[in-house]
Amino acid sequence: MNKHTNRSAVDFLFQNKVVIIFLFLCVGATIASKQPLTFVIPELFTRIARNSFIVLSLIIPVIAGMGLNFGIVIGAMAAQIAVFLTTYWGLTGISGFLATMALTTPIAVFFGFLVGKLFNYMKGNEMIGGLVLGYFAEGIYQLLFLFIFGGVIKMNNSTLMIPTGVGVKNTIDFKDTIKYALDTVPMLTIVEVAFYLVMIGIVCSTAFKLVKKQEINWKVTGIEAAGAAAVYGLTFIGPVERFLSTDRLLLLSAVELSCLVTVLWQVFQFAKWQVQKKRGREELGPNRFIPQKAIVYVVLAGVVYGLTYIPVLFKVLTVVKLPVMTYLCIGALCCFNNILMKTRLGQNMRTVGQSRTVANAAGIDVDKTRIIAMIFSTVLAGWGQLIFLQNVGTLSTYGAHTQVGQFAIAALLVGGASVQKATNKQALLGIVLFHTLFIVSPLAGKELFGDPVIGEYFRVFVSYGVIAMSLAMHAWKKAAKPKEEETADPGEGRVEMA
Amino acid sequence: MRNPFKLLVDKFGLPRVIIVTFFLFLVAAAGGFHMNLMQLLSDCLRRWGMFGILALAMVPAVQCGIGLNFGISMGIVGGLLGGLIVVQFRVAEHPALVNIHPMFAMWVAVLAAIAIGVVLATGIGYLYGLLLNRVKGSEMTVTTYVGFSIIAFMNMMWMLLPFTDGELIWPNAGKGLRNTISLAASFSNVMNNTLAFKIGSLTVPTGLLLFFFLMCFLVWLFMRSKTGMAMSAAGANPMFATAAGINVNKMRLVGTILSTVLAAVGILVYAQGYGFMQLYNGPMMMGFTSVAAVLIGGASPKRAKITHVLIGTFLFQGILALGLPVANQFIPESNLSEVARLIISNGIIIYALSQVKGGSGRE
Amino acid sequence: MDKAKETYVLKMDNIAKEYYGNRVLKGVNLQIHPGEIHALMGENGAGKSTLMNILFGMPVIHSTGGFEGTVEINGEPVQIDTPLKAMEMGIGMVHQEFMLIPGFTVTENIKVGREISTPNLASRLFGRSMETLDVKAMRQDAKKALDTIGLQIEEYAKVAGLPVGYMQFIEIARELDKTGIQLLVFDEPTAVLTESEAERLLEAMRVISSKGIAIIFITHRLDEVMAVADSMTILRDGEYVARKEIKDTSAVEIAELMIGRKVEKLVDDSIPDDRTIDHKRVAVSLRNYRVDMPGEQVKGIDLDIQKGEIFGIGGLAGQGKLGIPNGIMGLYKAYGEVKIDGQALNLNKLGDALDHRVAFVSEDRRGVGLLLDESIEHNIIFSAMQTNKRFLKKIAWMNLYDGGAAKSHAEEMVKTLDIRCTGIKQAAGALSGGNQQKVCLARALTLEPDVLFVSEPTRGIDIGAKKLVLEYLTKLNREQGMTVIIVSSELMELRSVSDRIAIISDGKLACILKPDDSDADFGLAMSGAWKGGKKNA
Repeated sequence: MNKHTNRSAVDFLFQNKVVIIFLFLCVGATIASKQPLTFVIPELFTRIARNSFIVLSLIIPVIAGMGLNFGIVIGAMAAQIAVFLTTYWGLTGISGFLATMALTTPIAVFFGFLVGKLFNYMKGNEMIGGLVLGYFAEGIYQLLFLFIFGGVIKMNNSTLMIPTGVGVKNTIDFKDTIKYALDTVPMLTIVEVAFYLVMIGIVCSTAFKLVKKQEINWKVTGIEAAGAAAVYGLTFIGPVERFLSTDRLLLLSAVELSCLVTVLWQVFQFAKWQVQKKRGREELGPNRFIPQKAIVYVVLAGVVYGLTYIPVLFKVLTVVKLPVMTYLCIGALCCFNNILMKTRLGQNMRTVGQSRTVANAAGIDVDKTRIIAMIFSTVLAGWGQLIFLQNVGTLSTYGAHTQVGQFAIAALLVGGASVQKATNKQALLGIVLFHTLFIVSPLAGKELFGDPVIGEYFRVFVSYGVIAMSLAMHAWKKAAKPKEEETADPGEGRVEMA
Repeated sequence: MRNPFKLLVDKFGLPRVIIVTFFLFLVAAAGGFHMNLMQLLSDCLRRWGMFGILALAMVPAVQCGIGLNFGISMGIVGGLLGGLIVVQFRVAEHPALVNIHPMFAMWVAVLAAIAIGVVLATGIGYLYGLLLNRVKGSEMTVTTYVGFSIIAFMNMMWMLLPFTDGELIWPNAGKGLRNTISLAASFSNVMNNTLAFKIGSLTVPTGLLLFFFLMCFLVWLFMRSKTGMAMSAAGANPMFATAAGINVNKMRLVGTILSTVLAAVGILVYAQGYGFMQLYNGPMMMGFTSVAAVLIGGASPKRAKITHVLIGTFLFQGILALGLPVANQFIPESNLSEVARLIISNGIIIYALSQVKGGSGRE
Repeated sequence: MDKAKETYVLKMDNIAKEYYGNRVLKGVNLQIHPGEIHALMGENGAGKSTLMNILFGMPVIHSTGGFEGTVEINGEPVQIDTPLKAMEMGIGMVHQEFMLIPGFTVTENIKVGREISTPNLASRLFGRSMETLDVKAMRQDAKKALDTIGLQIEEYAKVAGLPVGYMQFIEIARELDKTGIQLLVFDEPTAVLTESEAERLLEAMRVISSKGIAIIFITHRLDEVMAVADSMTILRDGEYVARKEIKDTSAVEIAELMIGRKVEKLVDDSIPDDRTIDHKRVAVSLRNYRVDMPGEQVKGIDLDIQKGEIFGIGGLAGQGKLGIPNGIMGLYKAYGEVKIDGQALNLNKLGDALDHRVAFVSEDRRGVGLLLDESIEHNIIFSAMQTNKRFLKKIAWMNLYDGGAAKSHAEEMVKTLDIRCTGIKQAAGALSGGNQQKVCLARALTLEPDVLFVSEPTRGIDIGAKKLVLEYLTKLNREQGMTVIIVSSELMELRSVSDRIAIISDGKLACILKPDDSDADFGLAMSGAWKGGKKNA
């Protein structure tokens, strides 16, 4: 028994080696940089808000077996084309942001379709293909921004265009247009809009069922509507309203809230389990309720809450203010990734990703599924780039997109993902680790070598190195596999049937 | 008219037809604008010799079966180190050598740099080859990122390596090596100027071209040797080679080392022609340029010949040489030519990748 | 006979099929009753797989001009032109290589492509592909299918960790789960199973057929047929031989029917045979010889081949006969003791066989035998150049290619072997199959070997070239005393040229026969009835 646990601990360490190495690297570099946590943590949360969405957009192609999508650069370009146009048209604020998003979507869908189509011609070479395609698109992009805008399409706008009138300036400032458009949506508005959306959803769904003469579960519908109304009603209570009227959430409050939610959720699960047990319809399988696990969660929540009383942490937690809407978007994308995998389409993507031969034999249109995965990824990457831009506040016209794929992929891999497997958790963990390193490495470089540039080079090296390593390991495994099959004794590993 | 066009496309492939047409168009346009065609042609020749050996590095790589070697930066790094050492010790300014002839001193310097580069590249190429033997089937993806990584790694090294010469390090007590290192005092243009002659305004960099052709000839000889032929067979059909008693992995190693070594030589030839050595991210995309050149010349990820190198480099560099002045006639002070480079070089690579189709796409 | 036996779930009449002028099926009939287990037997190349491809409407059939004859399902004539249509008609296939995804659960594998899903808001907007999966219902279905064949595993377990024997059962469960399944094809299902697993599978087949689902059982193993099948159809060379009820026949009769044909001489007797084979002189000796060649495993063979004889190695595909020469040449990992002319061969040293003057003509001409893009000349001289350093000239320290010597030798070879080409510079890939084979042979002969292994010498070449190749091999043997070892699936050609024939079954030597031994002996030896060697000549 003891030996067994020992071995699984070693396995755990081995499987998570990348994450563990980077964890040490991050801690070490943070200590070396001699920066207080009150500097590093707020900076980190800003970067999480900026970059998470685009990293999460990489997950779908990995699942569909197309590897790390270096083609998200093209999604970013779609976003930049859209944002340039809406800025040119003078759209501002959250409506301007939404309009930009709406404009990005069809452009990104079109680009994603083309990329997917092309990737179907280079199955197995998608990653190198995507990378080169990114450079190729860069050429087209420059052609568009340097010569077509202003040259072919006449554009008169002295703040955006180069004085000759042909070509777009190097940087575009969003200060008076869409800067912080998404970050500054007040919580109250979010709740309000969410309420209306839920109501519309319920009404539409019911109406649809009525038209199609399908059975309607009035009880469930009623509870849903009442729940939504109750939550909305809460916002009219004074203190709640005051709490929600801002657009930023103190990290401390966020931690407290999440502890509370964890406890409540476990209690709810427990209650549900009890009811099911009484009725004798206990759920089996991997999703069944385990009381021990629930207790661990509750205790953990308590411990985390307790930790907030430590002065150092308290100080940090009260410094960081989260842009609520942006973080909600990131959360929504995580949910979307999960929910998509529970649909028919998602299952098809997983099948295609695991084996194109089996998918084909099962009557799944492999090429079409791959194209759809590519479209999803490209559109999401476009939106991610918009979130990034509205937070940064300026667009470096010819530079903002170039490193997007590189850094997003590196972040995903640092989180422990591989060419074949990537999850939301890995993406988020990767962003935390990678960007911590990003923040502290120039400072650590300065402290250790007397020059911040070394730290900068180091982080670039890390981002290339982790990708190179991951690709090599993937290829290594792929090349070793057929050999193993050849040498494996056919009699081995067989168990008599029960 | 349609039929002969189709025949042409079938024979040479659509992209090559487009590129040749584009090249001819540029020549015509340059003529139309009354530019000095001879001068432009000199530029083409100079670039041809400068970039040729880097493109030549693709031949052994493709022939031994590792495919298009995007990772020639491994060799480039070796070459650059060789160059740096020669500059550090001021070989070209050594009085004993200069006394014989300044040109002789410069040749000694460049050859010494090449020799050091070759030694380093052999070592690097060996390790690189061992890695590539482990990742059969995905070499291109891996080489690209290993190439990028070595450049990023060397960025740190350039900061830390203990070079002291004033030509090399930043003035004013900055840390590390300079971004661009002038070779004016060492071996700048030594090959270009050797035996160079002028016909009207056409300058022929004889020494450079002779050196380029010499390299091509050496590779050609190697390809006709017992080992060279075994290497080609190992690349074309590994099972065939095994059946003939050839160790395929060893042959791949030989090809990789040769490719890396040629890259080291190539970067030094390029640097002497350019007059500067570019460190840091300078050589990052050299792999892509070289790959694009051989592909334009008619190579595929499975087959590359020396004629592909000669034709491809000339066409590709010719377009770049002609493109800049011609583009300036259309839109002054633009970098349309840079845009064209991006589109052409990456477009041809994408085309080549989409043609392999499942070639290395093992399930 | 009761009434039910008169109806057929599947009736294929007078099926004929041509591939590029080559008739591979010549009027074949197949009738299957509901709920019976019907064995489909025949040697390799008898036409079984083509017949199944027709049944499943595979694209390879319809892209090559379709087929002749009629197919009836439950008495109704049908046109099956896509695999999907076959699926809709209730015809399923259990593949030999598992079509399973290791990372998926058993349920997911059983329901792949046929998931159960419930509509939601998004699916109403964007269509059916956005429907939510109903995991519970899927699990229930999977459970039901697994219960049918009596497999007790958790339906939510991942396939990756399961024993190999279970995989086949999951495949079967997937087919059973398809609604309206009425005919299941098992394509050599026991080939990858251990004996006890195979027994369980046969048991499951009986259970399935007892539920009224008919089974077509493709196999080479006579004992399994005798044990489980109700009836059988035998094909030979694309021709329909017989349909028999198992209870009316015997293993010996089946074996005879499978092989039965007159031995026609493919080689003229005009070549004088004045050899005296010394039984003491052994050219190739194998002891406990094993080869890890995927799909052609050799599992321990002891064999002596005498100097100067033509030795045939036969057996069905996948039984291991091809592994023998491939292991000796170092193409796949081999173990055990191999002696050439009494000298031990180092199996771990690549090219050691070549150094012992052994040459090999591979069965895989395009994959192993040739450099398709290179010239005929290059192909012919390549091995001799690498092994014997011929066709090289030394300039300074370099061994350079001697174009002149190579050219004259290649031209001579082209003449001797009558290789039809535009010239020796023509690419080998552009030649016809027969001429490619001659190039391969020319390369092997350029090595001037003492022992020549020729694998499938006549596969895919026309009758004229076939005769020439076999005659040339005989001539080499008679005139130069070369020991020739022919490995072939075509028993007829082995019997027409060999002095002795070893039959390999399940990676082991079944027996060594004389060319004029009876058909039944050959049939039984090949069908695995004599495992481990009952009769040694």
